[in-house]
Amino acid sequence: MATVLRLAEAIEANLRDGDTVAMEGFTHLIPFAAGHEVIRQRRKRLTLVRMTTDIIYDQLIGVGAADRMIFSWGGNPGVGSLHRFRDAYENGWPNKIEIEEHSHAAMANAYDAGAAGLPFAAFRGYRGAELPRVNPNIKEIVCPFTGEKLAAVPAIRLDVAIVHAQKADRKGNVLFEGIVGVQKQAVLCAKRSIVTVEEIVDDLGPHSPNAVILPGWTVNAIALVPGGAHPSYAHGYYKRDNIFYKTWDKISRDRDGFRAWIDENVIRKGPEAFAAFVQRAA
Amino acid sequence: MSGSYSPTEMMTVAAARALNNDDVCFVGIGAPSAACNLARMTHAPDIVLIYESGTIETKPTALPLSIGDGELSETALCTVSVPEMFRYWLQGGRITTGFLGGAQIDKFANLNTIVVGPYDKPVVRLPGSGGAPEIATSCGRIFITMSQSRRSFVDRLDFVTSLGHGQGGGDRKRLGVTTAGPTKVITDLCMLEPDRDTKELTVVSLHRGVTREQVRDATGWDVKFAAGLAETPPPTEIELRELRALHARTKVAHGEAA
Repeated sequence: MATVLRLAEAIEANLRDGDTVAMEGFTHLIPFAAGHEVIRQRRKRLTLVRMTTDIIYDQLIGVGAADRMIFSWGGNPGVGSLHRFRDAYENGWPNKIEIEEHSHAAMANAYDAGAAGLPFAAFRGYRGAELPRVNPNIKEIVCPFTGEKLAAVPAIRLDVAIVHAQKADRKGNVLFEGIVGVQKQAVLCAKRSIVTVEEIVDDLGPHSPNAVILPGWTVNAIALVPGGAHPSYAHGYYKRDNIFYKTWDKISRDRDGFRAWIDENVIRKGPEAFAAFVQRAA
Repeated sequence: MSGSYSPTEMMTVAAARALNNDDVCFVGIGAPSAACNLARMTHAPDIVLIYESGTIETKPTALPLSIGDGELSETALCTVSVPEMFRYWLQGGRITTGFLGGAQIDKFANLNTIVVGPYDKPVVRLPGSGGAPEIATSCGRIFITMSQSRRSFVDRLDFVTSLGHGQGGGDRKRLGVTTAGPTKVITDLCMLEPDRDTKELTVVSLHRGVTREQVRDATGWDVKFAAGLAETPPPTEIELRELRALHARTKVAHGEAA
């Protein structure tokens, strides 16, 4: 059953060193504030799972919080490389990071299989592609009915899923709107989950009976963090800060510049700082 | 006449023209996104644009910086989850045309977006595959658009992210793939199509003012030219006006001065 906690308590109670964790979000609703709290609490040896690995994992990798990443795309969308990820992968700074690399279809199917409690996902994929040569977790199976050869990947099983949503009610039921990505699947394939929200309300308000809702009994912790997805965005609340994504390219190119930015904007600040981004965007 | 235009504008216009009004199009970020939206704003107003973030029939007024910008969902008929997008819509065979680009392409239109150099010891680690491996095999046909140079048009890929025509001939069929694969490659210099039998990319049309030598110099293999080599019609006034207006709106939307 969901408990409403301060963000620091939610991370402290649910995320441990060495955990396999996903902070999901397909451009939208990326849980930046929660990622920053993970940095402040100096978690180590995490396995980071994500389809569209972007800046928040660049930051976690840059501070040395992770030693493994399972992903299908890693970049600064529309801008270029993740410089901290590349520095870790290519030069071992601040530590080496191992990768397990997939396609989007594989990851999406693997999340779905994890949420469904299946051991693996089967799909029509990777034909003529080279990733199966370098990733031993991509195998081939034969359909027992038609004989068609299909790709198989293990289901994603998380220790912890961390996601951001528009709102939760006081029972911890969570509503997602807009581009919903794989957040529902991530929470449902995780042992523990943390959801940061823009607001906590008495009633979720008018929504379609088909809305994407996670019942409170599927979530462990809810933390109220207005603006907590910045520089990503929250549909209906604030827009994506495209300029920050472009600025990150400069900040992250240089090790010292990156460390200074983390110190000033993460270590010396708390989740309440994110509220300023909502006002600025409104 | 339309006056002066850049090679990139020519590339986008030529790519847009390749699309039809009844296409259902899986759109990638960058050059493909510009081409698909230009098509929608000119000759193909009913074209269905789908982005892998889950937005179906999206009609953005500006180009998204990322694959999941808010306007894509706000202007879409509906937005589905990412597993649904890849399982029902892409794998389910609902897409007529997929648009891809890459860091490297070879003469059989296989693409690399993963690594320059060896996989385990990269010279340049690129972002990765994203949706490309399954887009390349599940869409009815594939258009590729990218700028042409010896760095990108290579004799041998460092890594095959997504299948084009494999090693040529009937390779796709041998791999159990029933879709057409890359049928057009549109660059800033020319348009190429696979030869009917060998599937090797062949230059079928040069953009106005571009010479065969320029294309040879920008290609890492001994590129062939079709017997009836054509000239790509230059952008019309309307195409240029719409494209420039689209880019101007995009700059404003991304917070830059128009």
